Amino acid sequence: MRKPVEQIEAATILFAGDSGDGSQTIGTQMTETTALIGNDVATLPDYPAEIRAPAGSLAGVSGFQLHFSSEQIHTPGDLCDVLVAMNPAALKVHLHKLKPNGILIVNIDNFARRNLRLAGYEEDPLESDALTKYQVFPVELTKLTRKSLEATDLTTREIDRCKNFFALGMILWLYNRPMEYTMKWIKAKFATKPQYIESNILALRAGNTYCEATEQFAVSYDVKPATFESGTYRNIEGNMATVLGLVAASHQSGLPLVYGSYPITPASDILHGLAQYRNFGVITMQMEDEIAAVGVAIGAAFSGALGVTGSSGPGLALKSEAINLAMIAELPLVVCNIQRAGPSTGMPTKTEQSDLLQMFYGRNGESPIPIVAASRPFDCFETVYEACRIAVKYRTPVIFLSDLYIGMGAEPWRIPKLSELPEIKPNFAVSADTTNGFEPYLRDPETLARPWAKPGTLGLEHRIGGLEKSDVTGHVSYDPDNHEKMVEIRAEKVARIANDIPPTEIFGVQEGEVLLLGWGGTFGALRTTAENYVAEGLPIGHVHLRHLNPLPNDLADILKRFRKILIPELNSGQLLQLIRATYLIDAIGLNKVQGQPFHVYELHAKIDEILKKIEHF
Amino acid sequence: MRKKRTSRIPVGAPTLTKKDFESDQDVRWCPGCGDYSILAQTQRIMPELGIPKENVVFISGIGCSSRFPYYMNTYGFHTIHGRAPTIASGVKMANPDLSVWVITGDGDALSIGGNHFIHLMRRNFDINMLLFNNRIYGLTKGQYSPTSEQGKKTYSTPLGSLETPFNPISLTLASGATFVARSLDRDPEHLRLIIKSAFEHKGTSFIEIYQNCNIFNDGTFFQYTEKETKADNTVFLEHGEPLVFGAEHDKGIRLNGFQPEVVDLTDGEHTIDDLIVHDQHAEDTTLANFLAGMSDTPDMPHPMGIFRNVQHPCYEDLMTKQIRTATEQMGDGDLDALLHEGETWTVS
Repeated sequence: MRKPVEQIEAATILFAGDSGDGSQTIGTQMTETTALIGNDVATLPDYPAEIRAPAGSLAGVSGFQLHFSSEQIHTPGDLCDVLVAMNPAALKVHLHKLKPNGILIVNIDNFARRNLRLAGYEEDPLESDALTKYQVFPVELTKLTRKSLEATDLTTREIDRCKNFFALGMILWLYNRPMEYTMKWIKAKFATKPQYIESNILALRAGNTYCEATEQFAVSYDVKPATFESGTYRNIEGNMATVLGLVAASHQSGLPLVYGSYPITPASDILHGLAQYRNFGVITMQMEDEIAAVGVAIGAAFSGALGVTGSSGPGLALKSEAINLAMIAELPLVVCNIQRAGPSTGMPTKTEQSDLLQMFYGRNGESPIPIVAASRPFDCFETVYEACRIAVKYRTPVIFLSDLYIGMGAEPWRIPKLSELPEIKPNFAVSADTTNGFEPYLRDPETLARPWAKPGTLGLEHRIGGLEKSDVTGHVSYDPDNHEKMVEIRAEKVARIANDIPPTEIFGVQEGEVLLLGWGGTFGALRTTAENYVAEGLPIGHVHLRHLNPLPNDLADILKRFRKILIPELNSGQLLQLIRATYLIDAIGLNKVQGQPFHVYELHAKIDEILKKIEHF
Repeated sequence: MRKKRTSRIPVGAPTLTKKDFESDQDVRWCPGCGDYSILAQTQRIMPELGIPKENVVFISGIGCSSRFPYYMNTYGFHTIHGRAPTIASGVKMANPDLSVWVITGDGDALSIGGNHFIHLMRRNFDINMLLFNNRIYGLTKGQYSPTSEQGKKTYSTPLGSLETPFNPISLTLASGATFVARSLDRDPEHLRLIIKSAFEHKGTSFIEIYQNCNIFNDGTFFQYTEKETKADNTVFLEHGEPLVFGAEHDKGIRLNGFQPEVVDLTDGEHTIDDLIVHDQHAEDTTLANFLAGMSDTPDMPHPMGIFRNVQHPCYEDLMTKQIRTATEQMGDGDLDALLHEGETWTVS
């Protein structure tokens, strides 16, 4: 007899274990399956910087959290309904994220004294009353996996590496998800190592059957598909969306893409992703350092290609002189910064949005550069595409900001039609149309963009460089008035981009008590919070900025329509400074610098406090 | 011979002259600077290379030599300190038809740009690099450079510099360079010949040019460049020829074990058959390294000419091949199909 199935709206699951336990793999598989059966999904991988920290240690714990729902969701969830802890260290690190009465599945085979000691447990938490407020399911995950694979020819070591699929089999049963997508993936993944196809599928089935056949679980759960806007969907990670956005911009503009990069967490996946698309003419160049990486992109831009470089904060610091060269040379260049927790090397595998002021001001001299920021995994596609559009149209470097949280997080994405993509026209100079010959700094009167003349074009031979340029002719100039004029023109060119961006959307009330003003990867937490207040009929609005430099023209007016402006950021108040300085308003910050995203409850607490203060007046 | 991809002037088209390569900008190096000669020889040899001038790009870093692109009536980019090789690589990769030239100095290439310099050599783009070596920082007014001799007294080292200098030829050989040569600002004919040979070589071509800074390091190379001393202090390398030098062609270089040494061809003990015969096309770099090391050895003549000239695949060609192969295997990129890659589902 089938066990009963309970309908629920949403669930949050956290897989955690040693970094070699495969938590990321089964987390990704659960995400794929869940997205394919129509739920809305949001994920948060959380892994250590060490590739293999000592087994069983707290430092080596790798986690993958996913939140899925029959409603639209924007975050990977605050607290979890299920925690799968493959060892005591995983339990110790993540237990605080489990809801009271949440389901705790532990691999008791890993709870020997040595493992307990490595995790810092004086006594076995399974035998103490430390876990009484949870539903604890101790499972002999290692032994059961070994038993189910005893007929195979694999070594014990190889068999033990399949136990993550046993755990996934259990979770698929618990949430009534099919195993077929995972099986298909296993077959493709191990196509050249067929012995692992059979074993992983056996482990997956065994975990599934274990739940069905034993008394452990009395009930399973189902989450109905969510309602989505019509269209074709796929699941996508932010970094992959960035890859596709760049390929799309190259394809639509007709400009070959040259991507220079140097390996760095969490931006390397963009290099890996683009390297697959040689048949799109994509040129990826892994260079000797960060400076060379931006250098080839600038050289490619001078040659008439779409030059792009990508890195994270420390890499951006190294690239800053070269980005400034592209700024004064007025060449199109896209610079992707997938932010991570700083300063210095900081916490490379943790998220933060603390490079905003670095991107604004981290170059010598007056150096205005447009900045756009993606708000969620799938938004990386449109935002990086927009960065390319601005770069090409205005002949300027553009900084595209993403972060580890959205770069590595995944969610369903409605795949756009090619006809929906904005036009990107290179408009190369083809002839010198003045009597003075070609003038490389003779500008378009509307955009102030200078001509882009490719080497190889007869009659347009010209020289550019990092020395100050004379207006119009582009000759080297030390003239005082010319320098001031050029500084003003470069600033004005960037400022005018504000005339070329869509009106700002306000979610929730259009005027009222509190405006949540955010940017970048905090979108999910802010929008969920705003939705909660709006559902209660409270006068809260939410604006999430894509364009940070220049800021939208209509923002000044929007800010006047709310009594309080709250700017939550995963930094010490960087947009806050910019908004206060630009608009002379007393905006309030909510700042978190822990390498972790906001929880919705943290935002609620702050807004409640503000609303209470407003009432007191 | 690997085919060069650089565009050529079609047969029958008007030939260019030196004047076509001179820009309208006033040349602003100190009067008497060796850079003038290098500029003039470059402008003179350019028409002979048969490339349309719109297909020529000069890229430089920072330093006195790096002003060079402003004086060439071609495409040019005066970039940032030490980074010209990276920008030149991007220019060449995005358009392999261009003839790309990097102009650099001893400080630009070997100090701040040292990392890019060695990696440029090993990637072997079809790019030509002219390194103006004057063993001093000129633009910043006279500090010792990575090629200054040890003990050099300058503004920044009043008691003498401490480091051993780099030997640019040894460094490029060790980095896998496929064309390595040396010439002199004060030998116009040789310089033009070497520039032309560098252009004709397919792959990264490196030329170290002994260049006089008459303000901050006047005469640093005079014993190799001046009429009175040149013949006895230099040996001009010719492929397939023995290493003979001296005003009277009376001296030669032979190998004594692992040590090149000077022998007197008039002493009755040594003949021309004892001498090293130059082979610039040797795949093995041992001989080239012996020759390179001579300029670090007191009392040995400094070799001039082409140390090494071999054919290896170029980065841009290998990349083009990857693109072609991938396109043959997977078909031309279909953006719509790419966006729909993997598992998808439809909501109606």
